Order: sequence, then C-alpha cells, then structure tokens
Amino acid sequence: MSVFGPVVKIHPVVLASICDSYERRNEGASRVIGTLLGTIDKHSIEVTNCFSVPHNESEDEVAVDMEFAKNMYELHKRVSPTEVIIGWYATGFDITEHSVLIHEYYSREATNPIHLTADTALQSGKMNIRAYVRLAHLSVLCLKNSEGISECQYVFYSAQMGVPGKTVGVMFTPLSVKYIYYDTERIGVDLLQRTRMTPGRTKGLTSDLSQVAGSASRVQDMLTTVLAYIEDVLSGKVTADNSVGRFLMDLVNKVPTISAEDFENMLNSNINDLLMVTYLSNLTQAQIALNEKLVLL
Amino acid sequence: MYSPEDTEMASTAGTLDSPVKQIQIEGMVVLKIIKHYQEEGQGSEVVQGVLLGLVVEDRLEITNCFPFPQHTEDDADFDEVQYQMEMMRSLRHVNIDHLHVGWYQSTYYGSFVSRALLDSQFSYQHAIEESVVLIYDPIKTGQGSLSLKAYRLTPKLMEICKEKDFTPEGLKKANIGFEHMFEEVPIVIRNSHLINVLMWELEDKSTVADKHELLNLSSSNHLEKSLQLLMDRVDDMSQDIVKFNTYSRNLSKQQQQKHQYLQRRQQENAQRQSRGEPQLPEEDINKMFKPPQPPPRMDTLLIAGQVNNYCQNVKEFTSQNLGKLFMAEALQGHN
Repeated sequence: MSVFGPVVKIHPVVLASICDSYERRNEGASRVIGTLLGTIDKHSIEVTNCFSVPHNESEDEVAVDMEFAKNMYELHKRVSPTEVIIGWYATGFDITEHSVLIHEYYSREATNPIHLTADTALQSGKMNIRAYVRLAHLSVLCLKNSEGISECQYVFYSAQMGVPGKTVGVMFTPLSVKYIYYDTERIGVDLLQRTRMTPGRTKGLTSDLSQVAGSASRVQDMLTTVLAYIEDVLSGKVTADNSVGRFLMDLVNKVPTISAEDFENMLNSNINDLLMVTYLSNLTQAQIALNEKLVLL
Repeated sequence: MYSPEDTEMASTAGTLDSPVKQIQIEGMVVLKIIKHYQEEGQGSEVVQGVLLGLVVEDRLEITNCFPFPQHTEDDADFDEVQYQMEMMRSLRHVNIDHLHVGWYQSTYYGSFVSRALLDSQFSYQHAIEESVVLIYDPIKTGQGSLSLKAYRLTPKLMEICKEKDFTPEGLKKANIGFEHMFEEVPIVIRNSHLINVLMWELEDKSTVADKHELLNLSSSNHLEKSLQLLMDRVDDMSQDIVKFNTYSRNLSKQQQQKHQYLQRRQQENAQRQSRGEPQLPEEDINKMFKPPQPPPRMDTLLIAGQVNNYCQNVKEFTSQNLGKLFMAEALQGHN
C-alpha cells in the first residue's frame, strides 16, 4: 500500500510527439492536451504512444473534443491492439483547476489514469517532465488530517481531501519517471542527439566504414577521459578511489589474453571468410550485369 | 495495397518536373517508425505505414507518419481506405500536415525489391509526383546504426509500368537495367529546437546504455542469413534464366520450321507450275505457327535488382567487419 504508486516508464517517441503537437498548437492556445496510450503492469506503467486532442481553454471553462479522442483511440487500437488508455498529458508547468476536470473525464475512460506534464515553455530553464496520479490508496495520515474520519478505512477510490460533504479537493501525487528504450530506439535517439551539434540542426545518415570510425572515436574519447583521471591520481592531484580502481582493473582484464599464434589464426580465418564473401558478391553482381546485357542484345 | 487515388489530397504547388533531391525527416518520424516495427513487426512480417509532410523547393519534408494495421484479419480493403481517411481527417484537426507524401515499409535483411513494392510505389508516384518509399531495416539498425533509405522509381521505370509492356522487346526499347530501377534519395534528419531541448533532457536523465553495438565483432549469424537469402534469390534467377532460354530456343526452332515450311511450299508450287496445276493457296503463316509467348521480363529485373541489393549489403557489412577485425588486432598487439 505504497503512497508512491507505480513507476512510469516513458518512451522517447511519446515525448517527441508531445513537443511536436505543442509546436503545432492553434493560435492563442497556451497548452495542448492529449491521450496517453500504453500498457499497465503490476508495478509499472509503460507509456508507448500518444495523440493530441483538440481542446479549448479559457478562464472559466474548458471544452475537450471527446468524440475525437474516442475516434482516435479506436483507430490506434486497430494498429496496436495491446495499447490501452492509461492517462493523459498536458504541456505547461503547473496543474490547473481545468486539469482536474479533464482528469475526471479520463478517469471514466481508464482506471486510475496518470497525468503527465511536460514543461515545453521551459519556464524553469529545463523541460521538466513529471507524472502524477490521483492517490488510489489513502494513507491513514491523510485521513487524520481531514476533520471527519470517513467511514471506510481503506479507500480505493481517488483521494479526496478536505472535509467530506463539504468542499472536496483532489491531490495529485508525483510518480517517479524513467525513460525506457528499445535497443533500436536507443540507436535512433543516438542519431537524433547528434543533430544538436550542427547549426542547421540536421544530420545526414552515414554508412559503411565511417560509422565504425565514429564509434571508435567515441570509445577513444572515453579512454582519454579515463587516462586523464589516472594521470591526475598518479600525480596526486585527485585522491584515488578504490571502486574506480576496481572498474579500471576490470577494463584492462577484458582484453582476453590469447597466445599470439591462436589470435593470428582466428584473425586470419575471419578475414578470409569476409574476403571470400566480398569476392562472391562481386562475382554475383558481375554475373547479373552480364546477364542483363546478354538479354538486351 | 491501398492506392492513393482515393484520398483527398491537395496537390502541392504546381507540378514539379524535377524529382526531389533530398528528403528531410523529423526526428519524431524516425522514432515512430522504429517503435512501430518493434511492437508490431516481430518475425518476418513487414510493417507498413503512411508518410505525411510537404514539399519545399526540391526537398521533401516528412513531418509525421501513422502506421497501417496488419492484414491479419480478413478485412476487406474498404476498411483500409476508411482508416486512412479517418486518420488524415483527425490529424488535420490538430494541425498536423495531412498531405500524403509516401509510405514506409520495414524489410527483412534487405529483401524488399518485389512486385508488390513496385506496384504500390508506382501507384503512389503516379498520383503524387514526389512520393518516396522509406525502407527501414530493423536488423541492421539493431547492429548499431540507423538504416533508413528512401527510394523512388526512375522515370524510365515509370514509363514501362505505365505501358505495362514487360516483354523483352519493350524493355530493350527502354534500355533499362536493374541498376536503373530505383533511385536512392539522400536523407537528412532535422530536429526542431524544442526537440533538441528534449534530447538534452534525455541525455541527462537516462543511463549511459550500451551504445556500442556497432563495435560488436560477432558477424557470422547475420552473414549466414544474408547469404542464405542471396542464394535463394540466385536460384530464382537461374530458374528464370532457364525459362528465358527455353523460350528463345523455342522461338528459333519455330523460325526454322517456318522457314522450312515456306521452302517446301515454294517447291510444291514450282512443281505444280511445271505440271500445270493450280497453285496451292498461300496459307496464313502466322496462324499455323503461333509464336510462343515471350516470358515477362519484369520479374527477372526485380530479381536482379534484389540480388544486387543483397550484394551491396553484404559488401558493406564485410567492409565494416574487416575494419573491426583490424582494430581488434591492434588492441591485441599491445598486450
């Protein structure tokens, strides 16, 4: 009966979609909202997809196109039948009163929805991404704080604070957010991260040996950092840390000690395999080109 | 595969005579494609989807995409059209570009040059001048570097597909080889500033995962599978060649027969003339000797293209691995 609730695992594609829909918002809208889709586990909620929902917000009222949301969910279900509505997102820094109403609506669609906020306006200088849930279990402490102790001891509904029967408040509890990637997603995100470096924010796709070179240079950079640290330790500038020393030991031992002859053999056989395959593929290509020419005679 | 003629699409500014020179993809689209395959495409099933965006000068910008459901249930094609219409309409409400600019497909070890792809791309390109097909190779991506390629049909191939003339004569006229079937368009990935901020945030918060898949030395598994597919294709090709050979042999035999028949006819006629009898009527040669059907050459072209593709992939793979092996040698040498 933890107060903290499940861990929320987010895929980067969801965040990218949120940013994109924020950029495409209508004139005058200060924030966008949308539905989150994903899967629920016992201890974690995995958010894998999302779509934005048009809505109008003004000082006193908020209108959400629910029809649209339902439609979109149906369409998405056709592609990935395992995804369910697990909550909703909103851009912006704080939770407003309107959020409560929207949360109400989403509670009807999903059991205990989570609410994700992404500060796309960067009010605090960083993009804070937080997830909230309405308390499903009410801790005893909270019960004591409100005046009248309600009849049920274990409250499995959303938490309502305040005096029962009078004004009711709702508390959103923050949940811990983790970013989770599939392997291929990690590689995709890696590539995307390289667009930060170029002025035009663009990056072409490289191929062939240049990729290996790039990867190798990254490893080399890391090794230089480690070497610099070691130098510092040796010259006494930095105190030696035993755990780091153990890691370094692991690192050096990772290079397997094979007798030079064995290694030579392995290397040569591998190189021979690769060269043979290259030769065969070149041969095949020449063959089909020849065939082409003969047919067209 | 659904054809785009049924969609409502505003045509892009005028008709561009020159094809697109570059493709610019938003980072989000890349992530969406990766995710789609990861979740729905395990095994060798291809996953497909639609690309949305717009054309700016000679660049094709792809700003969004949505996936297609699989063909698992026996839904009629009508469902697909409806799905697409609904999606585009809904996306328009949230200000997402709803212009159809192409489609994407995942591939298994690079085997995507097929009749289905050709037909789909032809119908797309016929309706929308600048459309492309994005081929995403998840296995290659899993090995360390994003493998996303954009292809269009060359104008020559478009001509042929329009005529539907796949005989050897037709292809000879167009002078098309397997290398001129598809043209690859370079891809550039572009992120908005906000996405860049997101990237910084992610870098901060996420653990340094294993980013070095690319330096992995084990290669035999991948190589084996690629070579297996290559061999299958080459087998197909040889069968096709055999068919063509029999056809040309039949043709030449028939020519000979025709020639002999004509000669005999002439001899007969000469004899009859000498005997004063009426000559035999000239019979329609063509009705007697029906020429054999020339086999369609399009399949051969496709197979050749596919074999070429496999070979390219294999060569790229081996060159990378050779580099890695030499690096390992250098590392070992210092021990």
